Amino acid sequence: MSLWEYANPVKFIATTDRVLPALAWAAAGCLAAGLIWGFFFTPDDFRQGSTVKIIYLHVPSALMAINGWLMMLVASLIWIVRRHHVSALAARAAAPVGATMTVIALATGAIWGQPMWGTYWAWDPRLTSFLILFLFYLGYMALWAAIENDDTAADLTSILCLVGSVFALLSRYAVNFWNQGLHQGASLSLDKEENVADVFWYPLLVSIAGFVLLFIALVFLRTQTEIRARRMRALLARERMA
Amino acid sequence: MMPDLGKYADTVLSAYAVSLVLIVALVALSVMRARKVRRALDEVEGRRG
Repeated sequence: MSLWEYANPVKFIATTDRVLPALAWAAAGCLAAGLIWGFFFTPDDFRQGSTVKIIYLHVPSALMAINGWLMMLVASLIWIVRRHHVSALAARAAAPVGATMTVIALATGAIWGQPMWGTYWAWDPRLTSFLILFLFYLGYMALWAAIENDDTAADLTSILCLVGSVFALLSRYAVNFWNQGLHQGASLSLDKEENVADVFWYPLLVSIAGFVLLFIALVFLRTQTEIRARRMRALLARERMA
Repeated sequence: MMPDLGKYADTVLSAYAVSLVLIVALVALSVMRARKVRRALDEVEGRRG
């Protein structure tokens, strides 16, 4: 069995139909567990007080904003190289999910920033690159909507996705590239010494798992919708030609 | 049951409210569009017999 079998729309829909209910329940369970654990059962931070509870929303959404774009990049590259329609439609399906994650990250960051930094917004490298990433999401969705021919739209949005990937990576590494600005370094790292304290870390991990599963479930559902919408457009075009 | 959020109660609650509203809206819109497109496709395929 090959991964490329799932490039067949019928196979993709049949497989994702089987796993979607379990994915959706797992996402809801992890999200509820992570957020309830974090909100109700973790202590305040000695410096940030109760605002530390925003971490359970801000970090997972920022993570998915960046990784959502990287998933779109992989799907776009598959479209460019192998011309599988499902991959182009998966990239299209992921864009609104990634854009929403970016808005959540920006909004929770601004709300968190006000009491901690004394301002909702600063033209800090990480904040600015994140805002540009959000504009790329909007541009990507607008480009898909503006072009009638699906293949042309997939080609052009794939190129836009390649360009936007620079900002997706910048938004992740801006703090390392420019050691200035208000935003602190990464809260999470594979290097254990850099992580937040365990009492915050475990509920945060559960919340991250919830956001990841929610992203996957929504991308599966929305890709199915895009596949059906594409088939419908093709059938309607055939009807008009007849 | 409600934790004491102290002077940052508005900050924390507004962050949770904004995020949950956006997540619920995203899920609801995705499910509604999925159902709508599925129905419309069934109708078109039904017409073709």
